[in-house]
Parts: sequence; structure tokens; C-alpha cells
Amino acid sequence: MSTVRTARRWLGDHLVLGLGILVLVYTFVPIAVVVLMSFNDSSKSRNVYKFQKFTLDHWLHPGGWADGMGDSVILSLEIAAAATLVATVLGTLAAFALVRHRFAGRSAANVIIFLPMASPEIVMGSSLLSLFVASGFGGQLGFWTILIAHVMFCLSFVIVTVKARLSGLNDNLEQAAMDLYATEAQTFWRVTLPLVLPGIVGAALLSFSLSFDDFIITNLNAGQSVTFPMFVYGANQRGVPMEVNVIGTAMFVISILVVLGNELNRRRQEKALTL
Amino acid sequence: MATVDDVATGGPPEHRPRRNLTGYWLILPGALWLLLFFVIPFYSLLAASLFDPDGSVLTGYDVTFHVQNFGNAFWDYKEQIGRSLLYAALATATCLVLGYVLAYAIAFKAGRWKNLMLVLVIAPFFTSFLLRTLSWKLILADDGWVVDVAQAIHLTDALQLVNLADGDRLLATPFAVIAGLTYNFLPFMVLPLYASLEKVDVRLIEAAGDLYASPARGFLKVTLPLSMPGVVAGTLLTFIPATGDYVNDQLLGNTNTRMVGASIQSLFTKENDYATAGALSVILMVIIVAAVMVYVRKAGTEELV
Amino acid sequence: MSNAPESTVSAPPRAEAAHDLRLQGLTKEYATFTAVKALDLVVPQGQFFALLGPSGCGKTTTLRMVAGLETPTSGSIHLGDSDITYEKPYKRPVNTVFQNYALFPHLDIAKNVAFGLERRGVKNTKQQVAEMLELVELTSQAHKKPAQMSGGQQQRVALARALINQPEVLLLDEPLGALDLKLRRGMQLELKRIQTEVGLTFVHVTHDQEEAMTMADTIAVMNGGVIEQMGAPTELYENPRTTFVANFLGQSNLIAGDIEGRDGDQVKVRVQGAVASVPADRAHAESGQGWLGIRPEKVLIAETGHPIDAPGDVITGGFVTDVSFVGVSTQYQVRMPWGQELMVFEQNTGARGMLPVGTKVDVSWRPEFAFLLDASQDAMAGIEGD
Repeated sequence: MSTVRTARRWLGDHLVLGLGILVLVYTFVPIAVVVLMSFNDSSKSRNVYKFQKFTLDHWLHPGGWADGMGDSVILSLEIAAAATLVATVLGTLAAFALVRHRFAGRSAANVIIFLPMASPEIVMGSSLLSLFVASGFGGQLGFWTILIAHVMFCLSFVIVTVKARLSGLNDNLEQAAMDLYATEAQTFWRVTLPLVLPGIVGAALLSFSLSFDDFIITNLNAGQSVTFPMFVYGANQRGVPMEVNVIGTAMFVISILVVLGNELNRRRQEKALTL
Repeated sequence: MATVDDVATGGPPEHRPRRNLTGYWLILPGALWLLLFFVIPFYSLLAASLFDPDGSVLTGYDVTFHVQNFGNAFWDYKEQIGRSLLYAALATATCLVLGYVLAYAIAFKAGRWKNLMLVLVIAPFFTSFLLRTLSWKLILADDGWVVDVAQAIHLTDALQLVNLADGDRLLATPFAVIAGLTYNFLPFMVLPLYASLEKVDVRLIEAAGDLYASPARGFLKVTLPLSMPGVVAGTLLTFIPATGDYVNDQLLGNTNTRMVGASIQSLFTKENDYATAGALSVILMVIIVAAVMVYVRKAGTEELV
Repeated sequence: MSNAPESTVSAPPRAEAAHDLRLQGLTKEYATFTAVKALDLVVPQGQFFALLGPSGCGKTTTLRMVAGLETPTSGSIHLGDSDITYEKPYKRPVNTVFQNYALFPHLDIAKNVAFGLERRGVKNTKQQVAEMLELVELTSQAHKKPAQMSGGQQQRVALARALINQPEVLLLDEPLGALDLKLRRGMQLELKRIQTEVGLTFVHVTHDQEEAMTMADTIAVMNGGVIEQMGAPTELYENPRTTFVANFLGQSNLIAGDIEGRDGDQVKVRVQGAVASVPADRAHAESGQGWLGIRPEKVLIAETGHPIDAPGDVITGGFVTDVSFVGVSTQYQVRMPWGQELMVFEQNTGARGMLPVGTKVDVSWRPEFAFLLDASQDAMAGIEGD
């Protein structure tokens, strides 16, 4: 009878945790499917939404990849890299302005930075398209218009991320550096930047994945160009080639490795702290 | 080396101002970008919504203050608009329940696994959301075991009763669309919820218990009210993008689940009807802003931004 | 180590005053208030100087102006002959130990300590860093990160990081504020030892009067942006000039009285019917109303009718309303006939037992320990609110 009580107690303590873990598991089911399908030999059947037979073909023979997929991946990588670079630089500068400087219009700037994160993509995408068409660029949609759009929606996320890191930084440290004979420039390179860098790197990673993954805004402003998400979306109507799952799996594994590497690095530093 | 010998005699006091032009120069490029490609486009959209609908990409458009565009667009697409709001609301509610459980577990029960669980919350973003959405197509497929289970426990029947499914299917039903929306926007709910739950002092909950509140009452009277900012932020971050989404409806729904995003997209890119498309976008934005304002007032949290 | 404070302000250990720190008319105004009002101050070279005062009194603002982290609204700061009022912080031969240490979290201890030398282009810093770490007894911790160290250790790193630059003035902003009481006592002695060893000018900002008295050669008590009184700790304690100093440094009994006038080298004061005398050099008011001040430990107490040890001016008719036993002493509250409660601290010599509450008592003090203040001041000034 007391074991029943203990069991009930244990359950009470762990019920919420268990439910939470179930919710997490639910979020990973589709990823498991993506990984699984990257090994699916669907050549014998027209139903591509069913696992038929295990194969490594999709991984081993990228030459057999569906038409246009390679190009779409390359285009997406190019755009993501460029958008990340531009958004990270501009966003970091803006974050410094907002945290470190007082100027008129600062709160208006904060609102304008918040809005893109709270607007539906379809509205932002169609607005941008209206602008491009109205200003005569309707026939030139492609790499540059996609890049402009991606930088636009990545900027807010970069600013918010870097701002958070920057405002958590004790400005005593910079005063201490100046007190210890570091000029303004030396203070920035030796103290400020190293301390803000994790935030900037995080913002860049976020930008890259947002850009690589964007569909709705891109689809409106891409013209004839096809990014990887557009390729997947288009392929859906014909039947998705299993190779896209290879890309999806590879993306996932690489991202996980980056994050784990980062986390291990942090853990190691922290461990060094407790020795 | 700074010694007293090379110290210059002082300048005027105003030589170390905090309020200078540097701030403007730093924010200028980013602000300009947002102004040009986020703010101004809204004017273009508004202008497009007032185009003479007889124009075309080839003949050009005239802004004729054709206000009827709004009436026409609303009347023609009222079903899609209503559906978008309904699906987004149902998905947001489901997200709130699931997300609250998960955020609560991470904030209070996860112990040393807290960071790992947080990483796992965002890990789905590491792969394409289109691919993940397509996976649901496979999971909910008609010959899959999920459908078998749903039929066995009469879930499909129940869904049919409330018009969220037809026949014995799950795929290509409103249920599938809502499930997809729920799935895709769950992390946007969990993260703000976690952020505000984490700030709740566990001692307050203990104090409630000490003051004779049952765990359930303690939760309702202490934890939930304190987490309201997270609830509001999470709800907005889920509801707003879900309303405009059309990917889930296109991949998991059928012709009777069309949401307004799909209509806007197709008006712009397939039918080249910029006037109606623009008007529909503006209508969607206005409805969302109105809904958000009502909701924020009701929820009593006005310091969101 | 000797803790005996120097009794004079004007005699620095090294004779020439070439590197004295001089503040003249130093003022800092913010939009809504004035933090520092026309401060004049000379800190002789080689002194351990304390700026003491409650929070908001302007002491930290003064320190930050000396460091170059705030720009004065007016006035000047000279170090020896050079005007450093508007000099950039990195061009001043002045270093600071910050309140929360401000150690660079991304650099290890050795790199933190070497930071200032490296910025000034010193090539081989190893030897100097090693010596400095030895001075603060942290040699074995050189390759740890600040977060791995205790508060006391971090405090010593902050000190080493500033001292290695051999500044002409070392500024300490509440350097011990984050430490617990026991550690604080230890660090006070250690700071004093290091200062004596390196012989630099230390300007130490604190709100802790015991800390200031333990370490400083000279204390400037600040209140509301101005210096109330400046002098050696004993001088400030024994002969306060204002009610603020009398209350902020230790505790005082202030009794209202009418000043009758000067009589030789004494000033006579009529206090509630009795006449008390105060030495002329301790009387900071000459006529009208005054506060007669006497420190609680200078007040002697005895049961009515019993003889008082070494009596001076005697006031009778009190009774004990409260007794606290604090080990080394017993603290009495004595209600006087005019309703005021006086504090009396008696050393527990064992000569007599504690007097219980309600005991009728007489109190007395030696006239040479009393002081006289102007009655226009608030008798409660400087009593720290709880």
C-alpha cells in the first residue's frame, strides 16, 4: 500500500515531464520520416509516400539526382550565405546603435524592427512584390530580389539576438579596459567584440537557416529562379523525389553537429571552471 | 605610456558626449533596408489594392482609388478568410496546450536536462519545414497505421461530426491542415512560454502551497497569471503566421480547405490580378491587427513590444 | 603591520608634493540634480585616502571623474602639475579597482593582469605578472578564468590588474562591498599591507565607516555632494564638526542646550538645568542654541546614590529603559528627566553586574570628551535608516 503511494507520488512528480517529452517526441516524428525516406527505394512503385525497400542509392549517387534539385540547393546556399553576411553586419551595427547610443527615433526604430517578426509572410511577400512591380523590376525577379527579401526578414532576428547579448554585457568591462590604457578601438576589438561574438554567431546561424528554409516570401519574389524549398514544393505535385530527403537529412545532421559542437565547447569551458 | 608629462591640458567639457551622430550612422544601413523593403512596400501594396482591376502587367496599372476592390475581394474570398482565421485559432489553441505542457516541463521539471530540451525544441528547424510537412502526408496516409488507430478509437468519426474530416480519411482534411499548422508553429509557442515561466519564482508556487492552495489552485492562481506575458506573446507568434500560411493547406488539405494565403499567392503569380491580391492582403493585415488589438486588450498585457 | 593612522594630513611619507592629487571646484551636474558641488580636495602623494559617505553622496561620481569615466561640469583635476580634467581615461596615470571588479570574463587571470601593460606596448610582461600575482598570493591561479574564482580572489586579481601599471593614483570603488563580513575584515588588512608596501596614493570610496577608519590615513566624509569634514580617523571621531559626521561615524548622544558663552578655554552650556563645559577647540558654536554631543562609550553610569568612577559633569534622575548585552560591552538606554533617551556603552570589566531595566541611575562624562555643534543642524542627520 505504501508502494502504491510511492508510485503515485513518483507519477505525480514525473507526469508533466513525461508529457513534455511526449510533445518533444511528436516534433521529431516527421524528421525521423525524412531520414527514413532518404533510404527508401521507391523505384518499384509510384507511391512515393510509402517506404518500400532500404537503399543507399540516394546517398551514394548524387549524379542520379532529380533534375534541377542540385541547382536549387546551390542557389539556396548562395542566397543564404549572402543574406546571412549582409543581415549579420547590418543587424549587428544596428544593435550597437540601439543599445549603446541615444538618439531621436530610437523607439520608432524598435517598433519597425519588431514588426517584420510579427507580420504574416504572405503580406510581407506580396508587399515586396508590389514594390518591385511598381518600380519596374517586375520582370527582373530572381537572385537579387530574393536576397533583398531575405536580408529584410533576417535583419530583425539578428538585431534582437545581438541586442540581447549586448545589453547583458556589463559596460563596466569597457570602462575597465579604458582605465587600463586601451583606446576606444582597442577596447572594442579586445573586450567588446569577443564578448558579443557568441550572440553574433548565433544570429548568423539563425539567419542562415531562416533564409535557406524560407518559402512563402521567396515564392512570390523569385520570378523564374527556383530555391530548394520551391523545388520541394513544386516536386510535391509531381511526386517528391527521395533525394530531397537526403538533403533534408544532411541539413539536419550538419546543424545538430554544429550545435552539439558549440554546446560541448561551452561545457568544456564550464568544466574547466569548476576544477 | 601615459605619464603626467604627455598629458595634454584639458579641453572643453563637451568633448565626451554620449549623444552624438554615431548612433545614426550605425543604425542607418539597417533602418534604411527595413524602410525600403518593409515599410515602403506596404504603401505599394496599398496602392496596388486601389488599382483599376482592368489593368494587367502588360498594359500597366492605374491607381484609380478603386475602393470597390476591397468589397469585391472580401465578398469573393470571405470563405477563405474565415477558414484561415478558424484554422489558425484552432491550431493556436492546440499549440498553447501542448506548448504549455512542454514549456512547464522544461522550466520546472527538466533539471539538468533543461538546456538539452531547449535545443530539442528548436532542432526541428534544422531541417526544411516543407520536408517536415510533407512527412505528415506520409504519416497520415490512408493506408498508414495512424489512420487505422484513429478509426479504431473512432477519432475519424468524431472529427467528421465537427466537420474536420470526411469519411475515414485523415489526410486531405481540415484536421490534417490544422495538425500541420500546429506542428509547424509549436516552437514559436514554446519559446516565449518558457521564457516567462522560467522567470516565475518557484518559491511563489511553494508559498501558494504553504497557504493551503491545492496544486491545481496554485497553478491557476499563481503560475498561470505570472506566465501570461508568455501566453500572449506565444499566441501572437503562432496565430499571426498561421493565418497567412498556405503551405499546410496546399500540402495536407484539399480544395475545400483553401486558406486566404493560397488565394493571394495564386492571384499574384497565376492570375496576375494585382488589384484583388493587394486588396486581399490589406484585408488580411487589417483583420489580424484588429484581432491582435482586441486580444491584447482582453489579455491585459499591453507592454508587448 | 601598523594600523596606526597618520595624525596629520599635510605630511606625506615622501616629502615632495609633486604628485599630489588636487581637485579644485570640481562640480558634476546632471539634468535633475547636482552630484558633486564645487569640491576642493588635496590628496597628498602616498596617502591612503578614504571618501566616506552614504549612497548618493557623490563619492563615486568624484572617483569616476578622477578616473576619467565622467566629465566634470566645471572645476579641475590636477595630478602634480598636469591638468587631467578632460584627459581620456586611457591617458591618465590612474587605475581603478571597480566595484564588481569588472574582470574580463574571456581572459584568464594572467591575461587580465597583463592587459594594461600590453595596451601600453610593454613587450615582456611575464616577469611582472608573476611578481604581481605573488604579491596578491594568486600565483597558482594564473590560468584560471575569473568565473572560477571566489569573490575574495577576484578582488585580489582586480587589485593586481590595476597595481601592475604602477599608477600614480589607485582608485578603489567600494572594493570590498561584495565580500562577506569576515572576508572583508581580512581584505582590509591586506589592502593596507599592500598599500604600505607599494607606497602609492590610494583613493578609496566606501560607505562603511569602520572600513574607512581601519584603513585610511585621512577620511573625507561626504554628504549631498560636499565634504562635511576631513581629517584623520581619530580626529573625525573624537571631534566631529557637524551632526552628520557625529552620527555617521559611530554614534552620538546629542543633547539640546543653551550656550552661555566662553569662559577661558571652556565654553559653558546650560543643559536641562545643569551646566556642562566643552573645551573651546571642540566647540563648533559659540552662542545661542547648541547640540552638546557625547559619544555613548564616554558616558559613565551608576545607580543613583552610588559613586561614579572618575566623574565629570553629572546629570541625575535617569532610569534604565533597555539593556543589551553584546559581549565586550553592555549597552543601556537611559531615559532622562526631560524625556530624551541617552545611549550608554559600558565596557564589561566585571567591576559591577548589569543594571536591570527600571534602575534609577545618574550619568556623567568628562568635559574634555564632549563636543558642541550648531543647533541649526538636524540632530538625526547621518543616522542610517533601517
